[in-house]
Amino acid sequence: MLREMTGAEMVMQALIDQGVEHMFGYPGGAVLPIYDAMFHQNQVKHILVRHEQGAVHMAEGYARSSGKVGVVLVTSGPGATNAVTGLTDALLDSIPLVCITGQVPTHLIGSDAFQECDTVGITRPCTKHNYLVRDINDLARVMHEAFYVAQNGRPGPVVVDIPKDVQFARGTYVGPENIQHRTYQPRLKGDPEKIRTAVEMLAKAKRPILYTGGGVINSGPEASRLLREFARLSGYPVTSTLMGLGAFPASDKQWLGMLGMHGTYEANMAMHDCDVMVCIGARFDDRITGRVDAFSPNSKKIHIDIDPSSINKNIKVDLPIIGDVKHVLEDILTVWRGMKAEPDRQALASWWGQIDRWRARKSLSFKTSDRIIKPQQAIKALYDQVKDKDVYITTEVGQHQMWAAQHFHFEEPNRWMTSGGLGTMGYGLPAAIGAQVAHPDSLVIDIAGEASIQMCLQEMSTALQFNLPVKIFVLNNEYMGMVRQWQDLLHGGRYSHSYSESLPDFVKLAEAYGGVGIRCSNPADLDGAIHEMISVNRPVLFDCLVDKMENCLPMIPSGKPHNEMILPDNAEALDEAIDEEGKMLV
Amino acid sequence: MPPVNEPAERHTLSMLVDNEPGVLARIVGLFSGRGYNIDSLTVSEVSHASHLSRITVVTTGAPPIIEQIKSQLDRLVPVHRVVDLTVVGKAVERELALIKVRGKGEIRQEALLIADSFRARTVDTTLESFVFEITGKPEKVDQFVSLLEPLGLVEVSRTGVAAIGRGPDGM
Repeated sequence: MLREMTGAEMVMQALIDQGVEHMFGYPGGAVLPIYDAMFHQNQVKHILVRHEQGAVHMAEGYARSSGKVGVVLVTSGPGATNAVTGLTDALLDSIPLVCITGQVPTHLIGSDAFQECDTVGITRPCTKHNYLVRDINDLARVMHEAFYVAQNGRPGPVVVDIPKDVQFARGTYVGPENIQHRTYQPRLKGDPEKIRTAVEMLAKAKRPILYTGGGVINSGPEASRLLREFARLSGYPVTSTLMGLGAFPASDKQWLGMLGMHGTYEANMAMHDCDVMVCIGARFDDRITGRVDAFSPNSKKIHIDIDPSSINKNIKVDLPIIGDVKHVLEDILTVWRGMKAEPDRQALASWWGQIDRWRARKSLSFKTSDRIIKPQQAIKALYDQVKDKDVYITTEVGQHQMWAAQHFHFEEPNRWMTSGGLGTMGYGLPAAIGAQVAHPDSLVIDIAGEASIQMCLQEMSTALQFNLPVKIFVLNNEYMGMVRQWQDLLHGGRYSHSYSESLPDFVKLAEAYGGVGIRCSNPADLDGAIHEMISVNRPVLFDCLVDKMENCLPMIPSGKPHNEMILPDNAEALDEAIDEEGKMLV
Repeated sequence: MPPVNEPAERHTLSMLVDNEPGVLARIVGLFSGRGYNIDSLTVSEVSHASHLSRITVVTTGAPPIIEQIKSQLDRLVPVHRVVDLTVVGKAVERELALIKVRGKGEIRQEALLIADSFRARTVDTTLESFVFEITGKPEKVDQFVSLLEPLGLVEVSRTGVAAIGRGPDGM
């Protein structure tokens, strides 16, 4: 399809040809031609945000809940710099985005023009790839390439910076069918020899564990299905990182819960004591490993990852398999069946016996109260009321995020969106809005804290404008809770600037935006108030006043191995847990 | 990083990249952003028709770090191929240097003798100075420069290492 058109029209045409239905953006001088081209079509719907950071997080929530590429459109200068946090977030969590930024006209580049910044320079380390399009004849190709790069291989954000004169220039449009990337051809199929070795190692395992991550979700729903199939076939226990929750159903008896710093005792102990570990689409992040030289000391490690640079980055593995999770799991299942492999039933039974003894420690237990709402109780109450609904959960970052990961349970992939790698406060509300755009009839809840929610709260206005009935469930403990918890741990309880001073009246604030505000402080009223929240078909800000001093447990103190977890029943050990070396870590 | 007990080694990495704006910044930024060393760096277009440049980086690190550098480079979109020439086999490595010395009388004689024994060429001469051009392995250039140090060394300009694998096959 070859057609003459302006650069701005090419951008819109490329979006349409890439199947884009929604984009998130904010106009400004350097993108006005694209906004004008948008005005002349109605295939791509534009969601007007209130801050560019919100646009990127919305695109992330949209992408993660739908499996599509999220699209962002912002102007030059501050538009682009405001997008940087979201782009970095998407890079660390491997979320496919295409972010189009306006740029000053080419003849002004480098002259410190109004709203000029070196967008490709600034975004180079926080994108998977970026482009500055100086020539109208490159524009259509670059647009299609951007979509290709964003979603193939390990997904990530791609920036396309387009000077204003290029948006006005006329050129010939080429469709996506004519574009093939010259060099970027990631490997999808794993090495058959290595897959055979992996199956042999797995079949001989006496204490196996499947350690799964966000790569399973990114690989698509089929990867989750294959993971379930392999788990059923082998009877092996499954744990997951924060990013991978939902790939394996939490109701399954083979599910050990999340692992890592605030993971369950059974998941972490099983990681420590296993003899064969299969890391599937995860990256041995420091929240997972604890002290690296004491990480799972006696296991053979198999690592399945589409990104070769993840191999041996943090932890040395015995058998790396480069490939897409779906393809590799498919091949593992075929080889397993072909070899008529059988797990060592006797060894497995005693391994499960050991795991059950760890489970009996009930590491997620907490004391309930009839006087004050415990944050864990609030999540549980929320979960009980919405678990049978078509629900998507996002979070901000901090204690509430960990409590949500621990006490809200997921049965399906793409239902849980949280800022895992970058840990971006302010992520949850815009991500929820993005998820709601992708799933207008579903229940979308942002589990938040009173500090985090204030970082992108202006997007309430976006939710109202586009009739997106997101629910914001704020666990309000009047502290930046995780900061306060670490000040307890490391700094003698000196709460330097972690108290949420001068909080707004969240109920009035919600009403000021045109939404619904609900406050609850009495455990007896909690169920009724949650019911009220989910019954309203409008944006709701739920101010849930919870215990101010609750700590998030269990916890692997920084600098400690998996088998030195602090459990709720020995929480006082937390005060002494971190040594000088551990204090240096984050 | 995994606990690295192995000693640091010097490796020469060669890569073919798209010759497009920003590609060098991307590579240099990767090294600085991830805390890797660059001992030397050379860049030049090698195929005008296919817009390809070749970048040669000499870096130092323990073997797992070198492996990590290689895979980090390899996943950059405009990087076509990365080869660790040090692992592949003894590569041919050459560097060119221009060296200016200043002096009169005996010192001047001595500098000329040393240049001659290193097969350096004299590319500029005045009554009180020389500019020598030398090509060779980096160690040879190091040695030449250090010998000229007491003989009125003024300044040195080095290209950094260009390298290519031995035998009939290309990278």
